[in-house]
Amino acid sequence: MIPGSDYLVTGIFGLIVATTVGGALLAVLSTRIIRSVTGLALSSVGLAGLYYFLNSPFLALMEILIYVGAVCVTIIFGVMLSEPDEPAPQEKRSHEALWGGVALLVSAAIFWGVARLSLQGRWPAPAAPVGDGSVQAIGISLLTTYSLPFELISLVLFVAILGALTIAHGGRGKE
Amino acid sequence: MIAHLYDRPGVYLVLAAFLLAAGIYGLIRRRTLIGMLISGELIFSAAALNFMALNRFMTPDPTVGQIFVLFIMGLAAAEIAITLSIIIAVYRNYRSIHSKELSELNG
Repeated sequence: MIPGSDYLVTGIFGLIVATTVGGALLAVLSTRIIRSVTGLALSSVGLAGLYYFLNSPFLALMEILIYVGAVCVTIIFGVMLSEPDEPAPQEKRSHEALWGGVALLVSAAIFWGVARLSLQGRWPAPAAPVGDGSVQAIGISLLTTYSLPFELISLVLFVAILGALTIAHGGRGKE
Repeated sequence: MIAHLYDRPGVYLVLAAFLLAAGIYGLIRRRTLIGMLISGELIFSAAALNFMALNRFMTPDPTVGQIFVLFIMGLAAAEIAITLSIIIAVYRNYRSIHSKELSELNG
Protein backbone atom coordinates (compact mmCIF):
# COMPACT_ATOMS: atom_id res chain seq x y z
CA MET A 1 0.00 0.00 0.00
CA ILE A 2 1.36 3.39 -0.97
CA PRO A 3 2.06 5.64 2.05
CA GLY A 4 -0.34 8.54 2.18
CA SER A 5 -2.95 6.86 0.02
CA ASP A 6 -5.20 6.81 3.05
CA TYR A 7 -5.28 10.60 3.08
CA LEU A 8 -5.93 10.62 -0.65
CA VAL A 9 -8.97 8.39 -0.14
CA THR A 10 -10.13 10.59 2.73
CA GLY A 11 -9.73 13.66 0.51
CA ILE A 12 -11.84 12.05 -2.22
CA PHE A 13 -14.43 11.16 0.40
CA GLY A 14 -14.51 14.78 1.59
CA LEU A 15 -14.96 15.95 -1.99
CA ILE A 16 -17.90 13.55 -2.42
CA VAL A 17 -19.51 14.71 0.83
CA ALA A 18 -19.07 18.33 -0.27
CA THR A 19 -20.69 17.52 -3.63
CA THR A 20 -23.67 15.95 -1.90
CA VAL A 21 -24.13 18.80 0.57
CA GLY A 22 -23.58 21.52 -2.02
CA GLY A 23 -25.95 19.88 -4.47
CA ALA A 24 -28.65 19.59 -1.82
CA LEU A 25 -28.21 23.26 -0.84
CA LEU A 26 -28.33 24.34 -4.49
CA ALA A 27 -31.45 22.23 -5.04
CA VAL A 28 -33.24 23.81 -2.09
CA LEU A 29 -32.06 27.42 -2.11
CA SER A 30 -31.89 28.58 -5.73
CA THR A 31 -34.81 30.50 -7.16
CA ARG A 32 -34.45 29.39 -10.78
CA ILE A 33 -35.93 25.91 -10.95
CA ILE A 34 -33.48 24.67 -13.60
CA ARG A 35 -30.59 25.35 -11.21
CA SER A 36 -32.51 23.41 -8.62
CA VAL A 37 -32.68 20.40 -10.95
CA THR A 38 -28.94 20.74 -11.52
CA GLY A 39 -28.44 20.70 -7.77
CA LEU A 40 -30.46 17.50 -7.53
CA ALA A 41 -28.28 15.91 -10.22
CA LEU A 42 -25.11 17.05 -8.43
CA SER A 43 -26.39 15.68 -5.14
CA SER A 44 -27.20 12.36 -6.83
CA VAL A 45 -23.67 12.11 -8.23
CA GLY A 46 -22.30 12.68 -4.73
CA LEU A 47 -24.68 10.08 -3.36
CA ALA A 48 -23.45 7.61 -5.96
CA GLY A 49 -19.92 8.19 -4.67
CA LEU A 50 -21.12 7.57 -1.12
CA TYR A 51 -22.69 4.28 -2.23
CA TYR A 52 -19.35 3.37 -3.74
CA PHE A 53 -17.69 4.03 -0.42
CA LEU A 54 -20.35 1.87 1.24
CA ASN A 55 -19.18 -1.17 -0.74
CA SER A 56 -21.90 -1.06 -3.36
CA PRO A 57 -20.70 -0.12 -6.85
CA PHE A 58 -23.90 -1.62 -8.25
CA LEU A 59 -26.06 0.92 -6.43
CA ALA A 60 -23.69 3.74 -7.44
CA LEU A 61 -24.29 2.79 -11.06
CA MET A 62 -28.05 2.55 -10.49
CA GLU A 63 -28.12 5.92 -8.73
CA ILE A 64 -26.49 7.67 -11.68
CA LEU A 65 -28.57 5.73 -14.20
CA ILE A 66 -31.93 6.33 -12.52
CA TYR A 67 -31.55 9.70 -10.80
CA VAL A 68 -29.23 11.63 -13.10
CA GLY A 69 -30.25 9.85 -16.26
CA ALA A 70 -33.98 9.43 -15.82
CA VAL A 71 -35.41 11.45 -12.95
CA CYS A 72 -33.58 14.72 -13.64
CA VAL A 73 -34.24 14.52 -17.38
CA THR A 74 -37.92 13.87 -16.70
CA ILE A 75 -38.10 16.84 -14.33
CA ILE A 76 -36.46 19.00 -17.01
CA PHE A 77 -39.21 17.89 -19.38
CA GLY A 78 -41.72 19.00 -16.77
CA VAL A 79 -39.91 22.34 -16.49
CA MET A 80 -40.12 22.82 -20.26
CA LEU A 81 -43.84 22.05 -20.32
CA SER A 82 -44.78 24.48 -17.54
CA GLU A 83 -43.46 27.76 -16.14
CA PRO A 84 -42.22 26.80 -12.73
CA ASP A 85 -39.91 29.68 -11.74
CA GLU A 86 -40.43 30.91 -8.23
CA PRO A 87 -42.78 33.88 -8.37
CA ALA A 88 -41.77 37.22 -6.95
CA PRO A 89 -43.00 37.42 -3.36
CA GLN A 90 -46.40 39.08 -3.37
CA GLU A 91 -47.14 39.11 0.29
CA LYS A 92 -45.54 41.41 2.83
CA ARG A 93 -41.86 41.17 3.61
CA SER A 94 -42.43 40.37 7.27
CA HIS A 95 -44.77 37.49 6.41
CA GLU A 96 -42.17 36.13 4.01
CA ALA A 97 -39.39 36.39 6.59
CA LEU A 98 -41.62 34.71 9.17
CA TRP A 99 -42.17 31.70 6.90
CA GLY A 100 -38.47 31.52 6.14
CA GLY A 101 -37.69 31.56 9.85
CA VAL A 102 -40.25 28.84 10.57
CA ALA A 103 -38.87 26.63 7.79
CA LEU A 104 -35.30 27.15 8.95
CA LEU A 105 -36.26 26.44 12.56
CA VAL A 106 -38.14 23.25 11.73
CA SER A 107 -35.41 21.86 9.51
CA ALA A 108 -32.64 22.80 11.94
CA ALA A 109 -34.53 21.11 14.77
CA ILE A 110 -34.99 17.97 12.69
CA PHE A 111 -31.34 17.94 11.67
CA TRP A 112 -30.15 18.45 15.23
CA GLY A 113 -32.47 15.82 16.68
CA VAL A 114 -31.81 13.12 14.11
CA ALA A 115 -28.05 13.72 14.05
CA ARG A 116 -27.89 13.61 17.83
CA LEU A 117 -29.95 10.42 17.96
CA SER A 118 -27.82 8.71 15.34
CA LEU A 119 -24.55 9.73 16.98
CA GLN A 120 -25.55 8.81 20.51
CA GLY A 121 -27.69 5.77 19.81
CA ARG A 122 -26.40 2.41 20.93
CA TRP A 123 -26.08 0.65 17.64
CA PRO A 124 -25.76 -3.11 17.92
CA ALA A 125 -22.35 -4.52 17.20
CA PRO A 126 -22.18 -5.89 13.67
CA ALA A 127 -22.65 -9.62 13.50
CA ALA A 128 -20.41 -11.86 11.49
CA PRO A 129 -21.04 -11.25 7.78
CA VAL A 130 -22.83 -14.03 5.95
CA GLY A 131 -22.64 -12.79 2.35
CA ASP A 132 -20.40 -10.63 0.22
CA GLY A 133 -23.10 -8.35 -1.20
CA SER A 134 -21.90 -8.79 -4.76
CA VAL A 135 -24.09 -8.29 -7.80
CA GLN A 136 -24.41 -12.04 -8.10
CA ALA A 137 -25.71 -12.33 -4.53
CA ILE A 138 -28.17 -9.48 -5.18
CA GLY A 139 -29.44 -11.21 -8.32
CA ILE A 140 -29.87 -14.54 -6.57
CA SER A 141 -31.81 -13.05 -3.67
CA LEU A 142 -33.95 -10.96 -6.04
CA LEU A 143 -35.04 -14.15 -7.75
CA THR A 144 -35.47 -16.27 -4.62
CA THR A 145 -36.11 -14.51 -1.31
CA TYR A 146 -37.38 -11.21 -2.71
CA SER A 147 -39.13 -12.46 -5.83
CA LEU A 148 -42.56 -11.27 -4.66
CA PRO A 149 -41.46 -7.65 -3.98
CA PHE A 150 -39.55 -7.76 -7.27
CA GLU A 151 -42.72 -8.67 -9.14
CA LEU A 152 -44.71 -6.12 -7.16
CA ILE A 153 -42.32 -3.30 -8.02
CA SER A 154 -42.61 -4.11 -11.69
CA LEU A 155 -46.40 -4.03 -11.33
CA VAL A 156 -46.15 -0.67 -9.54
CA LEU A 157 -43.98 0.74 -12.32
CA PHE A 158 -46.38 -0.54 -14.96
CA VAL A 159 -49.41 0.98 -13.22
CA ALA A 160 -47.50 4.23 -12.69
CA ILE A 161 -46.63 4.51 -16.38
CA LEU A 162 -50.23 3.77 -17.40
CA GLY A 163 -51.57 6.26 -14.86
CA ALA A 164 -49.10 8.94 -15.95
CA LEU A 165 -50.11 8.49 -19.58
CA THR A 166 -53.81 8.63 -18.72
CA ILE A 167 -53.54 11.69 -16.49
CA ALA A 168 -51.29 13.62 -18.88
CA HIS A 169 -53.47 12.71 -21.84
CA GLY A 170 -56.82 13.57 -20.28
CA GLY A 171 -58.14 17.03 -21.13
CA ARG A 172 -55.99 17.34 -24.21
CA GLY A 173 -57.55 18.85 -27.28
CA LYS A 174 -60.46 20.46 -25.47
CA GLU A 175 -58.88 23.89 -25.64
CA MET B 1 -8.10 11.10 13.58
CA ILE B 2 -9.18 12.48 10.25
CA ALA B 3 -8.23 9.42 8.23
CA HIS B 4 -10.71 6.55 8.05
CA LEU B 5 -13.52 9.06 8.25
CA TYR B 6 -15.25 7.08 5.51
CA ASP B 7 -15.26 3.99 7.73
CA ARG B 8 -17.54 5.40 10.39
CA PRO B 9 -21.31 5.11 10.32
CA GLY B 10 -21.79 8.48 12.06
CA VAL B 11 -20.65 10.47 9.03
CA TYR B 12 -23.20 8.83 6.76
CA LEU B 13 -26.01 9.09 9.31
CA VAL B 14 -25.40 12.80 9.92
CA LEU B 15 -25.23 13.39 6.18
CA ALA B 16 -28.55 11.60 5.76
CA ALA B 17 -30.03 13.78 8.51
CA PHE B 18 -28.77 16.85 6.65
CA LEU B 19 -30.39 15.69 3.41
CA LEU B 20 -33.66 15.09 5.26
CA ALA B 21 -33.54 18.55 6.85
CA ALA B 22 -32.74 20.20 3.50
CA GLY B 23 -35.65 18.37 1.89
CA ILE B 24 -38.07 19.43 4.60
CA TYR B 25 -36.84 23.04 4.39
CA GLY B 26 -37.49 22.96 0.66
CA LEU B 27 -40.93 21.40 1.11
CA ILE B 28 -41.96 24.23 3.44
CA ARG B 29 -40.28 27.02 1.51
CA ARG B 30 -40.95 26.21 -2.14
CA ARG B 31 -43.96 27.74 -3.83
CA THR B 32 -44.05 25.69 -7.01
CA LEU B 33 -44.99 22.05 -7.40
CA ILE B 34 -41.76 21.10 -9.18
CA GLY B 35 -39.65 22.66 -6.43
CA MET B 36 -41.55 20.64 -3.85
CA LEU B 37 -41.04 17.52 -5.97
CA ILE B 38 -37.27 18.07 -6.00
CA SER B 39 -37.27 18.47 -2.22
CA GLY B 40 -39.20 15.22 -1.95
CA GLU B 41 -36.51 13.50 -3.98
CA LEU B 42 -33.91 14.75 -1.48
CA ILE B 43 -35.90 13.11 1.32
CA PHE B 44 -35.96 9.84 -0.65
CA SER B 45 -32.18 10.09 -1.01
CA ALA B 46 -31.79 10.63 2.73
CA ALA B 47 -33.78 7.47 3.46
CA ALA B 48 -31.78 5.47 0.94
CA LEU B 49 -28.47 6.69 2.36
CA ASN B 50 -29.59 5.75 5.87
CA PHE B 51 -30.50 2.26 4.69
CA MET B 52 -27.16 1.84 2.97
CA ALA B 53 -25.15 3.06 5.97
CA LEU B 54 -26.94 0.71 8.37
CA ASN B 55 -26.61 -2.07 5.80
CA ARG B 56 -22.85 -1.58 5.57
CA PHE B 57 -22.08 -1.23 9.25
CA MET B 58 -24.72 -3.08 11.28
CA THR B 59 -26.28 -5.89 9.24
CA PRO B 60 -24.75 -9.30 8.72
CA ASP B 61 -26.09 -9.74 5.19
CA PRO B 62 -25.04 -6.84 2.92
CA THR B 63 -27.47 -7.71 0.12
CA VAL B 64 -30.64 -6.79 2.03
CA GLY B 65 -30.05 -3.05 2.18
CA GLN B 66 -28.98 -2.87 -1.45
CA ILE B 67 -32.19 -4.57 -2.56
CA PHE B 68 -34.22 -2.25 -0.35
CA VAL B 69 -32.54 0.83 -1.81
CA LEU B 70 -33.18 -0.56 -5.29
CA PHE B 71 -36.89 -0.75 -4.42
CA ILE B 72 -36.78 2.81 -3.07
CA MET B 73 -35.31 3.97 -6.39
CA GLY B 74 -38.07 2.15 -8.29
CA LEU B 75 -40.75 3.77 -6.15
CA ALA B 76 -39.12 7.19 -6.58
CA ALA B 77 -39.14 6.75 -10.35
CA ALA B 78 -42.82 5.77 -10.30
CA GLU B 79 -43.59 8.74 -8.06
CA ILE B 80 -41.77 11.12 -10.43
CA ALA B 81 -43.72 9.84 -13.44
CA ILE B 82 -47.11 10.21 -11.71
CA THR B 83 -46.31 13.60 -10.16
CA LEU B 84 -45.04 15.12 -13.38
CA SER B 85 -48.13 13.99 -15.26
CA ILE B 86 -50.29 15.52 -12.52
CA ILE B 87 -48.26 18.74 -12.75
CA ILE B 88 -48.76 18.89 -16.50
CA ALA B 89 -52.51 18.27 -16.09
CA VAL B 90 -52.69 21.01 -13.43
CA TYR B 91 -50.75 23.42 -15.62
CA ARG B 92 -53.11 22.74 -18.52
CA ASN B 93 -56.13 23.55 -16.37
CA TYR B 94 -54.85 26.48 -14.32
CA ARG B 95 -52.00 27.87 -16.49
CA SER B 96 -49.89 27.90 -13.31
CA ILE B 97 -48.26 25.48 -10.92
CA HIS B 98 -47.71 27.90 -8.08
CA SER B 99 -49.13 26.30 -5.01
CA LYS B 100 -50.70 29.59 -3.82
CA GLU B 101 -52.95 29.80 -6.86
CA LEU B 102 -54.22 26.21 -6.74
CA SER B 103 -56.78 27.10 -4.10
CA GLU B 104 -60.09 25.96 -5.57
CA LEU B 105 -60.70 23.58 -2.67
CA ASN B 106 -59.80 26.31 -0.16
CA GLY B 107 -63.01 27.04 1.77
